[in-house]
Amino acid sequence: MRGNGSRQSGSRLWYLLLIIPYVAMIWVSSYNKAEPSWAGIPFFYWYQLVWIWIGSGVILLVHVFVNRGNR
Amino acid sequence: MPIDWIALVVFILLFAAITILGFVAVHWRRGDLALLHEWGLAGGRFGTVITWFLLGGDLYTAYTFIAVPALMFGAGAIAFFAVPYTVMVYPFVFVVFPRLWSVARRNGYITASDFVRGRYGSRWLALAIAVTGIVATMPYIALQLVGIQVVIAGLGVQGVGWVSDLPLVIAFVILAAFTYTSGLRAPAAIAIVKDTLIWITVIAAVIVVPIQLGGYDKIFAAIPAAKLLLPPPTSTTLIPYSGYWTLALGSALALFLYPHAMTGVLSASSRGAISRNAALLPAYSFLLALIALLGFMALAAGVDKAPQFADFAKAYPRNFAVPALFIAMFPSWFVGVAFAAIAIGALVPAAIMSIAAANLWTRNIYREFINPTCTPAQESQMAKWVSLIVKFGALVFIVFIPLPYAINLQLLGGILIIQTLPSVVIGLYTRWFHPLALVFGWLIATSAGTWMFFAVTPPGPTYPLAIFGWTLPCYTALSTLVLNFAVAIVLTPIFSVMGAQRGHDETQVEHYV
Repeated sequence: MRGNGSRQSGSRLWYLLLIIPYVAMIWVSSYNKAEPSWAGIPFFYWYQLVWIWIGSGVILLVHVFVNRGNR
Repeated sequence: MPIDWIALVVFILLFAAITILGFVAVHWRRGDLALLHEWGLAGGRFGTVITWFLLGGDLYTAYTFIAVPALMFGAGAIAFFAVPYTVMVYPFVFVVFPRLWSVARRNGYITASDFVRGRYGSRWLALAIAVTGIVATMPYIALQLVGIQVVIAGLGVQGVGWVSDLPLVIAFVILAAFTYTSGLRAPAAIAIVKDTLIWITVIAAVIVVPIQLGGYDKIFAAIPAAKLLLPPPTSTTLIPYSGYWTLALGSALALFLYPHAMTGVLSASSRGAISRNAALLPAYSFLLALIALLGFMALAAGVDKAPQFADFAKAYPRNFAVPALFIAMFPSWFVGVAFAAIAIGALVPAAIMSIAAANLWTRNIYREFINPTCTPAQESQMAKWVSLIVKFGALVFIVFIPLPYAINLQLLGGILIIQTLPSVVIGLYTRWFHPLALVFGWLIATSAGTWMFFAVTPPGPTYPLAIFGWTLPCYTALSTLVLNFAVAIVLTPIFSVMGAQRGHDETQVEHYV
């Protein structure tokens, strides 16, 4: 994000947070198991489902932080 | 199966309603449809919410909604790669695509190929990008029809010979007509209705079906152990589970390079609409994950053993699973709603894909190479005709070519489209690559990817790389993308030393932010 000073007030380092979902998803060994299950759903399934929302949350967080002081 | 009249009537009523909507959409945020960016991008006037519906309806296609649970039903846990896939799509979109939106808006680009043409000043590199987009999209359009075919068969409508294809032909004529008249406004308007129907259907399914089957623990208890989790790695595996995560990562990098995704992005009214949608679109990923689980519910409900579905299963192996589950679990009227959601869900991406292919043909092949002096009106008219031809081609494809070939071509399409990443995505940040080096990288990776696809039996997207006695099953899109980069990196300094001409860059640094 080049541009005027106000845009740079949110640090670009926040973008590094976006690596987290990739690490979590590529590390398949950490979640290819049935236990602990939740409401009858094996770990493999509910864990990846939860990551959809964590991934969305991380993006939202970065979006807010890099645009802080922008308006 | 006998015809379910109640379901059929509900289905036809909903289908008729969206047909009217498709034609009325021409008046929505009225623009001059004799201009290509008005017909093909709806003038770029869609805000965050419409873009959310449009991209949701565009990317999470009817075929996806049939094929992912069908793969869960048939192959088990591996099909759940669709979930990490969608987790890994959006951070990438969030970082990259606002830049593409900005530079495209500033310079009037309507396709990725337009951007490459402007950035590298190379019409041949731009041609490679345009051809790849069209080739990768065609089988994808054809597969949308499979969704319509399956639900029509599920309603019990059948015929002999050409009559059996009649409902499909009618659906497609309707689609072609409203796309022709309304352009991108039609699928955008329909997407809102379609997505609402899909959400209702899926939420009802994930509540009602588990209740009828005795809860999620009963459902998962009915799944054979081999399907429940990924097979553990063997002693010769280089990186565990590489087949699973490379499929997810490669698909994630490829998705937004597809022309129909690009069309959705470029029709947004602001850069912020793209950033916000990167955070909001995962709601559809959640929907997709729930739909994937329907495949297991179908397995637990025993639709493969039920005698009333024997013919249906024979005609549409695996793909029959979820429609059959709905028939078994829901009253007729709701079956009509659910099936209409799937059929309408096929029209939205099919319309956007045909518009995107038409934009590519018209802007980057017709105007660039055939008729450079065409007027804006001629350009727009050409795109309208091409959208018809593309859809007719898809129809012929699905009626006359056996389904496994269509599926193979769509899988191959993912391997092809990702090869545009070095030119398009890296081009947004740097012009270091020599355009000729990018052309060679594209050519070699595309050839290698196609060869690797057909080198495995049966043909498929995962090719096991053998490295010093270890095996590394890897999604071919990802391994050939690495090859593509390697070729471009090696050749760039060579072409520069040889003094091969670089084109003019018409974009400026400030166009990207």
